[in-house]
Amino acid sequence: MSAADASKGDAPRTPEAEGLAEQLREGYRLIGRSPVKVDGPAKVTGATRFADDLSLPRMLHAKLLRSHVAHARLVRIDTSAAEALPGVVAVLTGEALPTSFGILPVSQDEHALCRDKVRFVGDPVAAVAAVDEETAFEALSHIRVEYEPLDPVFEPAEAIKNEIEPIHDYGDDGNVHKRVSMEFGNVAAALDESDLLLDHEFFYEGNTHLPMEQHATLAWQEPDGRITIWSSTQTPHYLHRATSKVLGLSPSRVRIIACPNGGGFGGKSDPFNHEIVVAELARRTNRPVKICLTREEVFYCHRGRHPVHMRATMGFRKDGRITGLHFRTLLDGGAYGSYGVASTYYTGALQTVTYEIPAYRFDGVRTFTNKPPCGPKRGHGTPQPRFALEIQMDRAAEALGIDPADLRLMQLQPAHGITANWLRIGSMGLGPCIEKVVEGSGWREKRGKLPRGRGIGLACSSYICGAGLPIYWNAMPHSGVTLKLDRGGGVAVFCGETDIGQGSDTVLATCVAEILGVDLTDIRVTAADTDLTPVDLGSYSSRVTLMVGNAAIQAAERAREIVARTAGKTLGVPGNRLRFAEGRVFDVQDPDRGITFSEAVSQAEAEHGTIATAGSYTPPPTPGRYRGAGVGPSPAYSYSAAVVEVDVDEETGVVTVDKVWIAHDIGQSINEMLVIGQVEGSVYMGLGEALMEEMTYRPNRFGVHKIPSLLDYKSPTTKEMPEVVTYLVTDPDPNGPFGAKEVGQGPLLPMMPAIANAVYDAVGVRVDMTPITPERVLKALEREDRRCAPKPLPDLRIEDTVRIKTLAEGGDGTSPRTGRPTKESTAP
Amino acid sequence: MMRLPPFRWHAPKDLAEVVRILAGEGPAARVVAGGTDLFPNMKRRHQKASTLVGLAGVEGFSGVTSTPEGDVVIGAGTTLRALERDAAAARLAPALVEAVATISTPVLRNMGTIGGNVCLDTRCNYYNQTWEWRRAIDFCMKCDGTTCWVAPSSPRCWAVNSSDGVPALIALGARARLVGPDDEREVPVGDLFRDDGIEYLAKRPDEVLASLIVPAQGDAVSTYRKVRRRGAFDFPVAGVAVRLRRDGDRVAEVAIVVNGVGSSPIRCTAAEELLVGEVPDADRIAAAAAAAWKPARPLDNTDHEHSWRKRMVRVETKRALEALTA
Repeated sequence: MSAADASKGDAPRTPEAEGLAEQLREGYRLIGRSPVKVDGPAKVTGATRFADDLSLPRMLHAKLLRSHVAHARLVRIDTSAAEALPGVVAVLTGEALPTSFGILPVSQDEHALCRDKVRFVGDPVAAVAAVDEETAFEALSHIRVEYEPLDPVFEPAEAIKNEIEPIHDYGDDGNVHKRVSMEFGNVAAALDESDLLLDHEFFYEGNTHLPMEQHATLAWQEPDGRITIWSSTQTPHYLHRATSKVLGLSPSRVRIIACPNGGGFGGKSDPFNHEIVVAELARRTNRPVKICLTREEVFYCHRGRHPVHMRATMGFRKDGRITGLHFRTLLDGGAYGSYGVASTYYTGALQTVTYEIPAYRFDGVRTFTNKPPCGPKRGHGTPQPRFALEIQMDRAAEALGIDPADLRLMQLQPAHGITANWLRIGSMGLGPCIEKVVEGSGWREKRGKLPRGRGIGLACSSYICGAGLPIYWNAMPHSGVTLKLDRGGGVAVFCGETDIGQGSDTVLATCVAEILGVDLTDIRVTAADTDLTPVDLGSYSSRVTLMVGNAAIQAAERAREIVARTAGKTLGVPGNRLRFAEGRVFDVQDPDRGITFSEAVSQAEAEHGTIATAGSYTPPPTPGRYRGAGVGPSPAYSYSAAVVEVDVDEETGVVTVDKVWIAHDIGQSINEMLVIGQVEGSVYMGLGEALMEEMTYRPNRFGVHKIPSLLDYKSPTTKEMPEVVTYLVTDPDPNGPFGAKEVGQGPLLPMMPAIANAVYDAVGVRVDMTPITPERVLKALEREDRRCAPKPLPDLRIEDTVRIKTLAEGGDGTSPRTGRPTKESTAP
Repeated sequence: MMRLPPFRWHAPKDLAEVVRILAGEGPAARVVAGGTDLFPNMKRRHQKASTLVGLAGVEGFSGVTSTPEGDVVIGAGTTLRALERDAAAARLAPALVEAVATISTPVLRNMGTIGGNVCLDTRCNYYNQTWEWRRAIDFCMKCDGTTCWVAPSSPRCWAVNSSDGVPALIALGARARLVGPDDEREVPVGDLFRDDGIEYLAKRPDEVLASLIVPAQGDAVSTYRKVRRRGAFDFPVAGVAVRLRRDGDRVAEVAIVVNGVGSSPIRCTAAEELLVGEVPDADRIAAAAAAAWKPARPLDNTDHEHSWRKRMVRVETKRALEALTA
């Protein structure tokens, strides 16, 4: 991270800005309240046009032929019979699109259609555009593909042995995509000094996003040869880059419009082969081409939760203080890179931000396997280690005779401190979160005291509010907003952000409306159109509220300043006494002296010309400057604590979650109802991950996905959803817009370990694996060690550990140039 | 989206015409009532029909009536929702109405019929998949292939009878009225099924299930217990229907029918014999539950581990007997 990354957006504080500060001190009109979402009426009336709702004259329908083998060389593809089928307009194979792409610059390992090899059942090898979907579907069965089978590998423990032909010709070695090892402080010494040493293995199963909307894309070639793509994507900017690259077109000739997403959860964050394929088909046929994936195909797009095998070696002193942590992860990456390098780092990045861990070591390995690629799902790489860490905290509390809530409260990471791995913490509200759920749930009266079969469990977590670094190296802002003020009082807001249902359009409009003192209904949001809107990097890493919010505030402050300059003169009131509220601009000391906002805008436009402003946001630099320090830093961290009460049926093993109390440190809500909605949605998703969701495959039948349907892939229904009591902890973060932090991902994290801990409280068994199925509960109940644990972790073959001195050791955030391990740092 | 293949459509008004069309068209024709089973299966191309005969408009095909003696006659075209809400059926055939209320979701129960549930295609997670998926496994014995992948050395198909209504109907001693081109007959519901995942129905292809008759239950009590992952939506991975009549302290009659653990519903006669004439105390119930567990032969072709499903037959049989004897 260089100085160029430092926030460039800080406007000098003018008298008008001071006036704003004054206004904010008086209390918000919109911030923290719950006005109706700006896109709410369209959503509930069915008027919202999702990508698959779009239709253009002469539109063709596309279908993809997908590999039915797991790992093979492509020998030849004969498309002649498909091309001859009446109604078929174009057939495409990998020959047509030789350029590779991928979300990360280091993993450009995908092709729009496979060229030399197929790598999992579901990998696309050909595409058809036809006059209707039925014809396109029929045409697929006329394409002849000849494969030369290669040995597949489905398990990371096998992949790491490198006994088959590597799935890719890049990566750290063989089928090891990425190997990471770093140590902060002297972990071996710290663990040696512990009074209690916990060393357990865990397995967190892979699961998928399950957005209600299946991915859909429509592409059209304009008469001048430009390509426009409407798509259900969370990252129009990255799709813009990937499409331009693969099609070989200048980005100025490609326009991406992200439609409102019917749910994303990270599953629409990669540029996808089907998006590029329909763009190419539109170009070749000179007709609009649409594709809407089937639910089964959404399972093949995947990019969901990595299955992660973990080992958590953790030391404690008698008084409960953590001495050190050595955390190992083995990730099952599936067939492509996707966000996997970042995912690997994330399985080690955020262990340090909740409790003080003075010495920390992380070893992580990601392997390729012949299965649909894993990537970012809500919580990206952090629910897995959080599951292990919070169970270890529960074990330690019991072993040391300390209440699990107290064990956490005694060693919270201090606000505005720096962690062992050089993450700078901002506001930190975990303490109040724990206190709220402990009190609300009756934790102290219930823990260990409920009748057998009933239990209560606690867990905590933290999440980033936006990744501190962009996905591709650049020094530009992460988010931009432009504003245009209309003489009639309307405000047009333009931003590349993408509403995936989380409410980012509303957050954007609310920030602007608050500052300009207008109604949400006066704001027109134009979002996620690469031709019209300034870049926002996308709806991922819980970045949108913080980054878009800050950019919006800056743009709105600048507009306000222009209007205030003229209004101050007209009204004869100094700028710092002007207030913008209720659609008026007036003297805060004499509210009758004022004009309407539209009058003020008209006068300002007469004086200054068209009023259009821009704002942007770049995250602050991070103190960590070692190799690998790019994953984990964030402008702010949110915190969550959850208590769940469960019922465990000892005859069936079935776990029922009866009630959830969850507290989230939001900094400041922009829209409280949306915040609570995200918390409840996280609880729901966490319930599924904890109890039933599994991406499982049939190794006996070429690695097919066992259950690629909404019926058979088990996710909870309303019947499984318990009562949820949500508490919001407000402690504005200096880096957040109005102090706001994220809520989209963090509250998911404590659910899985809280349920595991509650099962232990109920029946005394540790299920150190997800999902916590009835089968596993029964197995643990019948075992002498009362535990259901994974098979032993294979040797990760860590040869190089980068050693970084912590702040307490007098480090400066850098690592030595030679990353050779010291003798003591390779143990235990 | 997944599209239906093309088919010819008939919508006759009476049963005689339905039967006539079926006889004329042969096995390429199928009847369809609610379509909640057949249409998804056709979209995935594992049930095929060039002609569909819609039953929804057939007169007298739906509705629930009861006789003064307490027999309940249910038209095969009665929606699951209507049956679930029928007060007389709930009183006279409680296990059936309990079972019907657990089928799928309210929305699908609005369309699905009891006749469709009885004739439900057997299910298997090597089979209920798209054509492309099934091609990847080289298809299976039940459709387009030769091997049963859940038991590759087996000469037969092990797809699972997954109807909730069937075990309840059998336990209640229900009869099915079948209408064919030349005749009409009544058979015990249990006789409709064969222990084979492919040829799972014993009725002739040109016969239509017209109605179900649940005889008067007298003072017998009945219940149905279903095992599934979630409280809605899911097919049973095991189900137990029990009908029981007591004479004083002792069991006079009992019927225990298990489903979801084999290609046909299983009448647990060994378990029944342990109970008849006995006082159903905890030991006796445990023994009967253990006997019911024995004939269950689940394999790894549904949700949940098959060993767990087998185990649940025992647990749920015990719980059903406890509930009826409490």
